[in-house]
Amino acid sequence: MTDTDAVVAGRPEGTPSRRGTPGRQVPAALLLPAVLGLMFLVLPLAGLLIRAPWATLPQRLATPGVLTALRLSLQCATLATLLCLALGVPLAWLLARVDFPGRRLVRALVTVPLVLPPVVGGVALLLVFGRRGLLGGWLDSTFGITLPFTTTGVVLAEAFVAMPFLIIAVEGALRGADRRYEEAAATLGAGRWTTFTHVTLPLVGPGIAAGAVLCWARALGEFGATITFAGNYPGTTQTMPLAVYLALETDLDAAIVLSLILLTVSVAILAGLRDRWISST
Amino acid sequence: MTSHRIRALLTALAVSALVAATGCGGNDTTGAQTGASATAGATGTVNVFAAASLTETFTKLGKDFEAAHPGTRVKFNFAGSSALATQINQGAPADVFASAAPKNMATVTDAGNADGAPTTFVKNQLVIAVPKGNPNGVKDLADLTRPGVKVALCAEQVPCGAAAKKALDTGGVELTPVTLEQDVKAALSKVKLGEVDAALVYRTDAKAAAADVEGIEFPESAGAVNDYPIVALKGARNAAGAKAFVAYVLSDRGKAVLTEAGFQVP
Amino acid sequence: MTAVPEPVTAARKPFNGPMLDAHLVVDRGTFRLEVALRIAAGEVVALLGPNGAGKTTALRALAGLQPLTDGHLALAGGDLDRPERRVWTPPEDRPIGVVFQDYLLFPHLTAVDNVAFGLRRRGLDRRAARARAETWLARVGLADHGRRKPRQLSGGQAQRVALARALAVDPTLLLLDEPLAALDARTRLDTRAELHRHLTAHPGATLLVTHDPLDALVLADRLVIVEDGRVVQEGDAATVTARPRTDYVARLVGLNLYRGRADGHAVHLADTFTLACADRLDGDAFVVFPPTAVALHPQRPDGSARNTWPATITGIQRHGDNLRVQLAGPITAAADVTPAAAAHLQLTPGQQVWAAVKATETQAYPA
Repeated sequence: MTDTDAVVAGRPEGTPSRRGTPGRQVPAALLLPAVLGLMFLVLPLAGLLIRAPWATLPQRLATPGVLTALRLSLQCATLATLLCLALGVPLAWLLARVDFPGRRLVRALVTVPLVLPPVVGGVALLLVFGRRGLLGGWLDSTFGITLPFTTTGVVLAEAFVAMPFLIIAVEGALRGADRRYEEAAATLGAGRWTTFTHVTLPLVGPGIAAGAVLCWARALGEFGATITFAGNYPGTTQTMPLAVYLALETDLDAAIVLSLILLTVSVAILAGLRDRWISST
Repeated sequence: MTSHRIRALLTALAVSALVAATGCGGNDTTGAQTGASATAGATGTVNVFAAASLTETFTKLGKDFEAAHPGTRVKFNFAGSSALATQINQGAPADVFASAAPKNMATVTDAGNADGAPTTFVKNQLVIAVPKGNPNGVKDLADLTRPGVKVALCAEQVPCGAAAKKALDTGGVELTPVTLEQDVKAALSKVKLGEVDAALVYRTDAKAAAADVEGIEFPESAGAVNDYPIVALKGARNAAGAKAFVAYVLSDRGKAVLTEAGFQVP
Repeated sequence: MTAVPEPVTAARKPFNGPMLDAHLVVDRGTFRLEVALRIAAGEVVALLGPNGAGKTTALRALAGLQPLTDGHLALAGGDLDRPERRVWTPPEDRPIGVVFQDYLLFPHLTAVDNVAFGLRRRGLDRRAARARAETWLARVGLADHGRRKPRQLSGGQAQRVALARALAVDPTLLLLDEPLAALDARTRLDTRAELHRHLTAHPGATLLVTHDPLDALVLADRLVIVEDGRVVQEGDAATVTARPRTDYVARLVGLNLYRGRADGHAVHLADTFTLACADRLDGDAFVVFPPTAVALHPQRPDGSARNTWPATITGIQRHGDNLRVQLAGPITAAADVTPAAAAHLQLTPGQQVWAAVKATETQAYPA
């Protein structure tokens, strides 16, 4: 029997792997569009860099409003990302793991902020959370909470627009994760919640991180919904994109400087996170 | 950055690169002043870059112009005056520029892109826009400083904001708005949605939104009247059409349409 | 899902019946699994069968990962599942341990934390759980590997961590799904012996799912063979290997198997062939003989063999030191010949030969 086994089990060994063979050519049909794609993404950035008023850069950086807007932007984008994580990860789990009626519809609804023009999203938020909105009036009369024209409003507007990025990434990660690990956890006595926190979350950690990064970046650049829902007031609701926009009205150079600051800071933060956080798993 | 105008700017930047590449300069036309002689030869497409606050009136004027000059077509690009000025200076294909503020016009003329001197064709004045029925009983600027009254202004960088600042300074009114909107329509929509109790907007805008808002005149606005200059552009591909359109705006027919919308004619 | 009123933690409860008493009925589309299983405390039962027979479905049903359609499942006398009363117990409330085919060690946890996972869920604090886990790792010979992540472990080490993780919670029922299938031949040999030691020591009931007869024979006290969702044969290793009752089992144990009607020393097969047997029997019967009992001759032999028939060679494979020759003819059979004999006979596929089996080499038993 042993011998029969050996024959049956004896797969041909040492079949050479073709992956990673050195000297293989990248097909031009892929390389050409890839390079074009990269240029398409990078050239506008180069445009900003070339056009930047380097001589006056230090004075412009020292303008008091700039740092205020930058700080507000970073704060709001981070808070919005946290809000998206708190609400979006459970929602993604529900979409990926629980078979409930209308799931397809819910999944479609989740992506609505992606296709909705952000300004419309801002109006929609006003219609719900505004002073005369569906919930806003009640929030105001019951708790004295008003959201438009507040920093909280900025966070909400950013979260509204950015949440789909997180949900889609996390749901994809959850669907891609091997569910048998969750079954293994169950046989070891872990209930659904413990399984979620101790097994599922760590397994899809990279997916969540990637989703959070996308979400944060989207929130950081958010303009339309923010200015519509939260308005624009320095120190409370004027984030960098809003400052850039208004600078464009009068001073192209100032707009370019602000854009570069936003770009530099966000790229630096993302690159820093990538090393510590994303590639570590 | 999803802003419409920033996208427009990027488009303009791309266009400017193309224009530069093809070496397409402005064709010089002799400075024929507005008049019947220029109007006569108008054909083809006229590209008009006009301030957003002119959307309704210019659309109407465009149709009238096309009717009066068979064979012409007027294409509009409505946006904030400053964005339009940037686009023009970056080489966007414009024949006429109608600005909501002399400052933005100066950006274009200083760059040497105007064909002749701009003409002020209308003036616009600020009013206090309040929700229909004026629930807070606002009568003048001072009422806007009452506690609990939320006010939206335009950002100082845009003409209606500059005018508002001037009016407030004139009246010595210290006002803290809840928001500085990106343009007059945005400020007005905050009133329409009930998110603010009042906004300083142009009389024409208040009038266009008469179904939802009331415009309250206030004396300080006299010191902050906004002039709207118009000019044919040097880079115009359709120089004759550009002149003809400018002339049409300045004609009695043009004035009638503009006055009806609430503009003051100089 | 409805949990049973009192969770069973009864490995030590005095209990006289079978530790596991299950009648598993699972409908999955057109496939139906219906298997009765009873396993005593300390007993190791192997569930053996070809791919798609329903082995893994049975294991998942026992673990609570696949709800029963019908039947019942009781551990140590307590009902876990009884669909007719709408009683099901979720997997996390069952006193079970499972070793999965790919082990499914949590990749983000160290070996110790993997083993401690179940202990923590059963209420031990972190320190106690880790201490117990360390003990278990030492027991499977991996005391030095506790801090490693699963990807830093070899296949055999991962298998042992998985075993420690399943055993650490003192399961009333231990389930193993193809525990050696993912290992290479050499590791499998060592690990099999190691596994045997731990299974023997385990006081609870053990069910081993495998398609490898050697695993089953070495590790299990009793074999349950399933084909197409049904139990086709059950018994200890000696019985099953000596007296296969289906072609699948016969192939597993390497015997030629025929079914027919016995009339004294003759067994009449369906296709009008008759085998002469040493055993005396009446009624439906099976006849088996090993391939080594089949002699091949170029001409019809005259000797003492009672069973001879003309056959055509359909295939020749190496089989250990010998060659295994597949024969077609009035009956299909496998014959083992030495390479020397094969060379002498110049055996090639398609060749006509005569096959002979002595009656004394056959075994007949009631069907």
